[in-house]
Amino acid sequence: MSDPSENRAGAISPKPSTSRFRGISDRALAWTFVAPTIVILLAINIFPLIWTIYLSFTNYRVNRPNRDVDFIGLRNYERILSDSDIWITMQATAHFLIWTIVLQVLIGFTLAYLINKKFKGNDLWTTIIVLPMMLSPAVVGNFWTFLYQPQIGLFNYVVGFLTGADPSSFSMIGEVALAPWAIVIVDTWMWTPFVMLICLAGLRSIPDSIYEAAECDRASKWRQFWTITIPMVLPFLMLAVLFRGIENFKMFDLVVQLTGGGPGSTTELTSINLKREAFEKWRTGYASAYAIILFVTVFGLASIYVKALNKVKER
Amino acid sequence: MSFSVTAPSTRQKWIAGILVIGYALITLLPLIWIVATGFKSSPDAIAYPPKIVFDPTVEGYVNLFTTQTRLIDGNAEAVEDLPWYEKLVRERGNTIVGPSRFSERFFNSVIIGFGSTFFAIVLGTAAAYAFSRFKVPLKDDLLFFILSTRMMPPIAVAIPIFLMFRNLGLNDTHAGMILLYTAVNLSLSVWLINGFIDEIPIEYEEAALIDGYTRFQAFYKVVLPQAATGIASTAIFCLIFAWNEYAFAVLLTSGTAQTAPPFIPTIIGVGGQDWPAVAAGATLFLLPVMVFTILLRKHLLRGITFGAVRK
Repeated sequence: MSDPSENRAGAISPKPSTSRFRGISDRALAWTFVAPTIVILLAINIFPLIWTIYLSFTNYRVNRPNRDVDFIGLRNYERILSDSDIWITMQATAHFLIWTIVLQVLIGFTLAYLINKKFKGNDLWTTIIVLPMMLSPAVVGNFWTFLYQPQIGLFNYVVGFLTGADPSSFSMIGEVALAPWAIVIVDTWMWTPFVMLICLAGLRSIPDSIYEAAECDRASKWRQFWTITIPMVLPFLMLAVLFRGIENFKMFDLVVQLTGGGPGSTTELTSINLKREAFEKWRTGYASAYAIILFVTVFGLASIYVKALNKVKER
Repeated sequence: MSFSVTAPSTRQKWIAGILVIGYALITLLPLIWIVATGFKSSPDAIAYPPKIVFDPTVEGYVNLFTTQTRLIDGNAEAVEDLPWYEKLVRERGNTIVGPSRFSERFFNSVIIGFGSTFFAIVLGTAAAYAFSRFKVPLKDDLLFFILSTRMMPPIAVAIPIFLMFRNLGLNDTHAGMILLYTAVNLSLSVWLINGFIDEIPIEYEEAALIDGYTRFQAFYKVVLPQAATGIASTAIFCLIFAWNEYAFAVLLTSGTAQTAPPFIPTIIGVGGQDWPAVAAGATLFLLPVMVFTILLRKHLLRGITFGAVRK
């Protein structure tokens, strides 16, 4: 894109200079600048990834360093994909993913739409709404277990006050039927502002002139909403959904602190399940294969994300 | 006064304002509750119905910073000579036996947060400048590779990192955590700073090059000052990430280098979870991030979407 100007600059630049970097060509400088980043990422991301791929074909266990490591081919993968517990985990993850995304999109878009009415002080309130998103999920998640306590918890008290139910009659994190919703509620509380901010950017990108033209054509407000607002915000909304999808697929800290995967394994999302296999049961080979399966899934999502991102950028 | 067909009416503004403020107040409630619980006494914290009006006390904060034990022989020394915090603890029949680990863990978070942010910004700025201004072969692939490292679930990466760090003696060390967080934050810093540098007109550098500056001089005398605000906000994003990170911290640190997020949930008083102390720790830990969020509000969206959405 900037090639012509760059060549021009390159042709002009060899002027007398006092710098000790005089001898360095643009090309050498480019590599000196990029190399450290690439080296660190290779060492901390790619090398471990290759190691994981190798381990996934073995029966290695970290807690038994003296045992012979056998190469067992694809058996770890076979076992994972035929393990019914994994599918329970996947169901828990799907429930979490679908409901957090649905709620966050609905509430986030509504909030953005209302904020875009530009009432007095909307900037201040936007900033306040955004606060939960930036906080440590582990620390906040831990405190939510206090809010969720039967009897003394604020959440139970408020629900009891509004519905007339006895605050000590239900336990959000102790009951199989409620725990999946307990994590959905906290995640929605934390991350709705994210979807809201992206929608707000989308709404603000729509030029007033489009609505003015629609007014001239006597299009109803309802029609304007569905034919102008929604299509214009949609790419932004898609971006938000993909971000939340990838983030919540990786979800670990918040849920570990809230429910620890319990009761039983009702809220055991994939990351928590993987942690249990890798760092509690110490089935390193098996867990590595599991990790590779997750990599592939997330990479699929990531490439979709980049395509969507480029679409948004084109607009 | 100009009339516009698209501007919302006063009534619409009122309704929108009331709904948004209502949501904001509800969303703020858990945060207010954290701060309030930090100033409650233990009985007040677990009272039913939940207490909105209470006698504030710094007991939670004293418990947070000290380790205590039951006091067996109560009147061994004159109570008047004791410092105020010991008196406060004595009222509950306890005595202070030493400092707790909280300040250590908090300090670890500060060192690891600032250390990793520093390296991520220095390396990230250099790489971002190269990507923005030079013809780097496979540029788009490299940028995608850098971004994709962020997509991996931390637990999946943690298995080999754990083995690697164990072999290198980096488990539970500050150096190891700084290295790890630098690697994780590099993707963010390269992408964000790349966007900020792209926005600086290339003509400024060309002018500097014509004036006899070398490339490197043009970089740090012309581009860096222009990109300073963007780099600063990127730094805050990196800092917040390292500050909040839990998954790697809980798996790779246990003592010397443990940061605050894995530590705060483990705060236990004499007899059960000490909620005022946990809340006090959470307040001290969350407050800096809240301040930074308010400072960052203009760049917030850009930071959290890796520069995909620029307001």
